[in-house]
Amino acid sequence: MSIINVTNLRKLYGEFEAVKGISFSIEQGEVFGLLGPNGAGKTSTINMMIGLSRPTSGHIRIDGIDAIKDIKKVQKIIGVIPDENNLYGEMDGFDNLCFCASLYGMRKAEREKRAIQLLEQFDLTKAGNRLFKTYSKGMKRKLTIAAGIIHNPKILFLDEPTTGIDVESARQIRELILNLKKQGKTIFITTHYLEEAQRLCDRIAFIVNGKIVKIGTVDELMEDMEAGHKIKLQLGSSIKGMKEALENNFSDCRVEMPDENSCLIISKEPIALYPILEFLNSKGISVYEAKQIKPSLEDVFVKITGTSLKTKKERVEK
Amino acid sequence: METAIAFWNILRKDIKNYYLKPPNISWGIIFPLSWTLMQLIRSQGNIEIIDLLPGLMAMSVLFGTTSMLAVTITFERRGRSFDRLLIAPISVSTLVLAKILGAIIFGIINAFIPVVFAAFFINLSGINWAAVVIAVILIAATCALLGLLIAISAKEVFEAQTFSNFFRFPMLFLCGLFIPIEKLPAVLKPISFCLPLTYGTDILNGAITGSSIFNAVFNIFIMLVFVVLLFYLCHKNIRKKWIL
Repeated sequence: MSIINVTNLRKLYGEFEAVKGISFSIEQGEVFGLLGPNGAGKTSTINMMIGLSRPTSGHIRIDGIDAIKDIKKVQKIIGVIPDENNLYGEMDGFDNLCFCASLYGMRKAEREKRAIQLLEQFDLTKAGNRLFKTYSKGMKRKLTIAAGIIHNPKILFLDEPTTGIDVESARQIRELILNLKKQGKTIFITTHYLEEAQRLCDRIAFIVNGKIVKIGTVDELMEDMEAGHKIKLQLGSSIKGMKEALENNFSDCRVEMPDENSCLIISKEPIALYPILEFLNSKGISVYEAKQIKPSLEDVFVKITGTSLKTKKERVEK
Repeated sequence: METAIAFWNILRKDIKNYYLKPPNISWGIIFPLSWTLMQLIRSQGNIEIIDLLPGLMAMSVLFGTTSMLAVTITFERRGRSFDRLLIAPISVSTLVLAKILGAIIFGIINAFIPVVFAAFFINLSGINWAAVVIAVILIAATCALLGLLIAISAKEVFEAQTFSNFFRFPMLFLCGLFIPIEKLPAVLKPISFCLPLTYGTDILNGAITGSSIFNAVFNIFIMLVFVVLLFYLCHKNIRKKWIL
C-alpha cells in the first residue's frame, strides 16, 4: 500500500523550473532514495513534501492526507532531518531534544524520557549536557537525526544524512537508518552518494535537472548494465598494438586498454577466459590477474543520465 | 493542549536563549538610564522628571522590542533553526504569538526601569497605573510586531539592524516622545499620526502628566487597530516569504 503519492509535482522559482512535473509513490515501510547531482531538484522536492515550500502545481498525498491543503496534519506524522544541522547552538544536547519534542506537544516527563533514551542510542549520553555548538560534525549530525525522530514519526525525510561527516559516524547513521526501517518506518532519503543509496534503499529514483529519469529497485536499475560482461586482465607487459589482433581472434569481444599493462575484455556473452589467456601466452604476455568487473550504481547513473554524481573535487579525492 | 505545550516552550526557549543573556539585560538597564540622565543634564533642571517619564518609557519599549525580535529571528533564519518551527505541527499564528510574546515581556520590563529610577526622586502616586500598563502592553505589542515585520524582510542580521534603525529613529522624533507633536513642523504632523507610537505615548502622557491630545479610549482603539493590522501583515508575509 502506498503511503506517499506524488503526482505531476512542479516547482517554479521565478522563471527557473526546479522540479518539472515529477511523479512517484512510496510503499509503507519502504526506504526510497532520490538520487541526483547537486541542483537536481532533490531539496526542492523534499521541501514541498514537508511544507517548507509550496508546489507550483501537482499533488502530494501522505498517509491519505492532502499534504498541500493539510500540511499541519502531515507534519504531525513526519520527522524531518534537514541537510544542515540546524539545532540551537546555545542549548545543550538534552535541551535541544526536549525542545524539539515539545514542538510536537510531548509532555515534560515523556520528552525527557525519550531524550535520555535517544542520547543513549546515539552514544551521546556524555555529551548530553554540552552545548550543541561544541559538538563535532558527526555528533551534530547524530543529534540532528535524534531530534528528527524524537516524536516517533511514521515517515522520515532525510536530506543528505551523511554528507560532510567522518566515516565512522556515517556508518553509525546508516546502521541507524536500517534499524528504523526494521521498526517499520517509511524513509525518504535524498543523497548524492550512490554506494549509500545502494546499501540502504529498496527503491531508487534518479533525478536530473528537475526530472525523474528512472525509478526501480537496485536490481532493476542494474539490469540494463548487466546485459554485458566485462573482465579486466592485469598483464606482465604492454599489449600496445595487439588490440586489433585480439578483437579479430575473439570476434564477440571488444577490447579496451585503460592503461598500458591492463586490458578490458567486453562481451555480450559470457567470456571464455582460457582461449584468451592461451592467445596472450603465445605472444609472450603473462597474465597476472583476471577480475570480473561488475557495474556499479554509478555506472548505471552515468549511463542513464549521461552525467556523474560526483563533483570534480570528489573524483580527485577518490 | 499540544499547541499550548509548543507555544510555552518556544516562549521559554527565547527568554532563556536571548532575553536573559547579560548583554540584553545590561542593554535594557543602561539604555533607558543613560537617556534619563542625558535629558536631565541637558535640561539643567528646567524639565521635571515626571515630564520625561512617558517618553523614556515609550523609547525603552521601542528599542528593546524591535531590535531583539528582528535580530533573533534573522539569526535563527540564517542558522536555519527557524525551519524547525515552520515544519512543526503548529499554526503560523501560534508561532508568531509565541515569538512576539517574549519580546513583549522584554519590552514591558524595559519600560518600567525608568519608573523604578524615577521612584527614587519623585512622587509617583498621582499616576493612572491602569492606563500606563495598557499603554505599555500595546506599545510593546506594536513594536514587537514591527520588529517581526522587519525580520521577515531581512536576510542578514546587519540588514535587520539597519531596517530597525530606519523605523526607530524617525519614530523617536515624530511620535511626541521628547518633542511635543504640536511643536512639529506642519509637514511632519500627518506622518506622526500614522505611527502607532504616537498614540501609545499619548496614553502615557495622559496617564502620567495629565496632558494628552486624544481621549485614552480612542488611543487604545487606534493601537488595537495597529496590532491587528501588523499581525495580519506579519502572518501574510511569513506565508509568502518564508514558505516559498
